[in-house]
Amino acid sequence: MYRYDEFDQSLVDARVAEFRGQVARRLTGDITEDEFKPLRLMNGLYLQLHAYMLRVAIPYGTFNSRQMHMLAEISRKYDKGYGHFTTRQNIQYNWLKLDDVPDLLADLASVEMHAIQTSGNCIRNTTSDQYAGAAADEIEDPRPTCEIIRQWSTFHPEFSFLPRKFKIAVTGAPKDRAAVQIHDIGIQIVENNKGEVGYSIFVGGGLGRTPMIGKHIRAFLPRQDLLAYLEAIVRVYNMLGRRDNIYKARIKILVHETSAAEFTRLVEEEFEKIDKTNLLALPDEEIARISKYFAPPDFEELAPSPAALLDAIDQDRDFALWVKANVTPHKVQGYSIVNVSLKPIGGVPGDITADQMDGVAELAREYSFDEIRATHEQNLVLPHVRETDLYAIWQRLVELELATANIGLVSDMIACPGLDYCNLANARSIPVAQLISERFAELERQHNIGDLKIKISGCINACGHHHVGHIGILGVDRKGEEYYQITLGGSADENTRLGDITGPSFPYDKVVDAVETVVNTYVDIRTPGESFLQTYARVGLAPFKETLYAAA
Amino acid sequence: MSKPHRKAKGPQVLTANRLVDGDVVYWRDETTWVANLSEARVFENEDELSKAEADAQAQVKADKIIDPYAFGVDLSSGTVAPASMRELIRAKGPSIRLDLGKQAEAA
Repeated sequence: MYRYDEFDQSLVDARVAEFRGQVARRLTGDITEDEFKPLRLMNGLYLQLHAYMLRVAIPYGTFNSRQMHMLAEISRKYDKGYGHFTTRQNIQYNWLKLDDVPDLLADLASVEMHAIQTSGNCIRNTTSDQYAGAAADEIEDPRPTCEIIRQWSTFHPEFSFLPRKFKIAVTGAPKDRAAVQIHDIGIQIVENNKGEVGYSIFVGGGLGRTPMIGKHIRAFLPRQDLLAYLEAIVRVYNMLGRRDNIYKARIKILVHETSAAEFTRLVEEEFEKIDKTNLLALPDEEIARISKYFAPPDFEELAPSPAALLDAIDQDRDFALWVKANVTPHKVQGYSIVNVSLKPIGGVPGDITADQMDGVAELAREYSFDEIRATHEQNLVLPHVRETDLYAIWQRLVELELATANIGLVSDMIACPGLDYCNLANARSIPVAQLISERFAELERQHNIGDLKIKISGCINACGHHHVGHIGILGVDRKGEEYYQITLGGSADENTRLGDITGPSFPYDKVVDAVETVVNTYVDIRTPGESFLQTYARVGLAPFKETLYAAA
Repeated sequence: MSKPHRKAKGPQVLTANRLVDGDVVYWRDETTWVANLSEARVFENEDELSKAEADAQAQVKADKIIDPYAFGVDLSSGTVAPASMRELIRAKGPSIRLDLGKQAEAA
């Protein structure tokens, strides 16, 4: 894992001290709310429906047990004993008092964490594949690239006031688990026919009011050119992106309006002008230096599929279901990747109590080389676990009530906080997710349905990624009533696709029935082994529309 | 259900968030914001509401509260009930966690 050097630590400490001064001046009235708001947003602090909310960055979703224990401690000390993992691999606290925030930030800084650039019109926390460094299909661990981007983008003076927020995601595997094509910049690590590793670049993806899939503007970027090329993209955006209309300010609109071809030409032109020998140079030694922080842990030589594991799978049906759904092959023989579901039946997607945080931290320290990952699907991962330890880990997760065997299944939903917490929401998301998960509570049924991603947003800003849900649900306000629009066939992987709207929206008390109708329709018409997305690709919207609106 | 852009018709309550802790508060009189909706002043007169709004702006300047606005309430049940889900959730707390927010403090 990356460890702060003296520069990182002094930057973060200085920022905490600066913000402490700003909060003090705000509370004495020396600065107004209008003056203060951009300052607090630069530090990840929002005002939501009930209180202040802080969004804490977990760079590329990687953290350790000490940091997780601190996140637990903070939730007890300053909040109400829980936190909420988001679709950007961050954690949010919902019940903060303004005058507590400087102390909270100092506590975070003591474990090399912060909330810098988790809000505001700047380059946000870079996100990545939660299986980085562990995935069997990976070309290269994406985290060194993410860390290089983090260092480049942190307090980048030219890009502190962009037209709008800016999100970058990196995947190191051909199977995209980081949803790179729905980011402002999506980076895929690729290998060319000479065996050199470089980057394939997408620009202008994003969800929200005007969803767009990223345009592929570079098939192979040599790795030493990464920062120069990113700088060229963000510079073109910073110069030409619209500042007159917040709804048209994201880079996706610029790319769309100028055309991908012209935008690419502008970027390449800027890229040619940039001095690649100086600040933005990325020599192999520097890449190697950063990569060292992410060197693989000392894996043992282990036999695959130990007898004890196979016996436990044979004898314990619940454990077998959990292994089937939540355990993923590791690149090293004898190891596994464990997914910890934060989607208990009837629970709040992404929420975790302080005690559960401590429990996961202990499991990470004991069994996973002290590493934890947060996923953009609002779950956690123990990335490097010995297969022989799986049964013991599962038993501990059962005690922690974190052993729901539903990863990738219908109850493993993404849901934004929605109207229960969020100032921007039009409708509630969480109770819809809870009702759906209760409707499909029976795990055998979920396994029979198979891979199905439901994503729920409480407003058009699409924090719940509804556009790219296999089944997407968007909450809307119809004359003061909560209604829900359904989309089908969306996907956020290497075959990213925006879902199609089924038709008129459904009221709160009918939306779960509607989802069940969609699922039942799929189960009825699928061919053996066909996934929801495959069925949808084959039959299209019509059969679903027919059953959904049959009664109307 | 984002904040209403203009005032609703009918009885209204003036609300804001308190600067120091972000808590939801309601206007009771020139000197008092209360945490409990049932203690809020209900305006049925447009002029009185406008005067209170001007007063609230002064309190924004005095750094007591943030972002005041009026919302519609329904009095037909004999209590002050927010007309929108958004204001109901602000008044009580998250609908999915009855152990949190004002609803928990009241219990």
